[in-house]
Amino acid sequence: MRICIEKKMKLVIINYGAGNIKSIQFAFKRLGVDAILSNNPEEILAAEKVIFPGVGEASSAMSMLKETGLDELIPTLKQPVLGICLGMQLLCMSTEEGNTKGLGIFDTRVKRFSSDVKVPQMGWNVIKDLKSDLFSGIKESEYMYLVHSYYAEHCEQTIAKTDYGINYASALQHDNFYGVQFHPEKSSTAGAKILENFLKL
Amino acid sequence: MLTKRIIPCLDIKNGRTVKGVNFVDLRDAGDPVELAKQYAEIGADELVFLDISATQEGRATTLDMVLHVAEQVNIPFTVGGGISSVEHVDDLLKCGADKVSINSSAVKRPELVNELSSKFGSQCVVVAIDAKQIEGNWKVHLAGGTIPTDIDLFEWAKEVEERGAGEILFTSMDHDGTKNGFANEALAKLSEKLNIPIIASGGAGNVQHFIDTFKEGKADAALAASVFHFGEIPIFELKKELKKNNIEVRL
Repeated sequence: MRICIEKKMKLVIINYGAGNIKSIQFAFKRLGVDAILSNNPEEILAAEKVIFPGVGEASSAMSMLKETGLDELIPTLKQPVLGICLGMQLLCMSTEEGNTKGLGIFDTRVKRFSSDVKVPQMGWNVIKDLKSDLFSGIKESEYMYLVHSYYAEHCEQTIAKTDYGINYASALQHDNFYGVQFHPEKSSTAGAKILENFLKL
Repeated sequence: MLTKRIIPCLDIKNGRTVKGVNFVDLRDAGDPVELAKQYAEIGADELVFLDISATQEGRATTLDMVLHVAEQVNIPFTVGGGISSVEHVDDLLKCGADKVSINSSAVKRPELVNELSSKFGSQCVVVAIDAKQIEGNWKVHLAGGTIPTDIDLFEWAKEVEERGAGEILFTSMDHDGTKNGFANEALAKLSEKLNIPIIASGGAGNVQHFIDTFKEGKADAALAASVFHFGEIPIFELKKELKKNNIEVRL
């Protein structure tokens, strides 16, 4: 699925020691784009597009961001930024995981799923009420792969919704900041389409 | 709604796919990367690679294979087999594995589950449990099911959940290789006692077995090998049948 995107596009995946960034890098490689892994502020600032990944625990991920000063850099970014999974959650106001204060881009809080459902939610679920160019060409109720124990509550910035015990925000957008709770890099061809859309923003 | 997952399991030895029937008889079933790509295309929801290499060289080859799978496959995958250290897991995750599955090493040193979940997160820690019934009680077995222990399946599953496991892969030794269906009674009991996803493994022979394990066994996912590898149950047809039976699947 190679697409007509400028191959020289400077795409940076923020490398702060959290998450399975190799998979994200490979997903872009399958789209014909070489992503750079970096924690260098200048390199991140100069990127055309930025991916903010994250898998793991929120408070330790936030400490790693603070150690490198990335917690102050990220909110100043002007180019399209895509937070994935924990990356999205860290862009919110706060998360219950480790009582962590977030970067405050998305005007919502992240809470733990209740024990009425199995936690973590693990597997394929649908995204609905899609409201962003990030989802152009994606059909309503498309399946995405999700693995998470915490979810973002709805706010005005919700651009996709998912049901798991409750209805929550599976994607958010505020200005140039986008966040997805699911893993587009692991969500088959539909996930690849979302990454392709992000590159075209 | 969260869908039920269908997971083909590929046994890997020295970088090649093999399939154990009752954990003993091995047959070659092709190149793992090609097989994985094919499975992703025909609708598998996830993949499990079980490394049964006996040597360090074999393990290193598997690491290389993991990298190639991650490069070419766009669905999640788990790697298991002979994993006993945080460093090994770090290597596997860095090569692109989404989850790791630990088995005997967790029984020998249960703290490993805590260490892995706190370092990498529960979501990537699958605890595989092989068990069979001895005088009516489910007992955990080690080393690919060859060594019996006195550990109770349900107590052990509960303990690893508390230690931070994100998922349980339960293989019934009594059912594995029989093609007579999954251990639904034990699976349902696991699902009721635990609040993490349970993967059913061992005994898949026909489509009805999958319907039963999701309905009666309350499994969150079902894993099988030979019925998929030898084309006896095409995954797409299986999922259509599951859907017809009101089981939510990704189609």
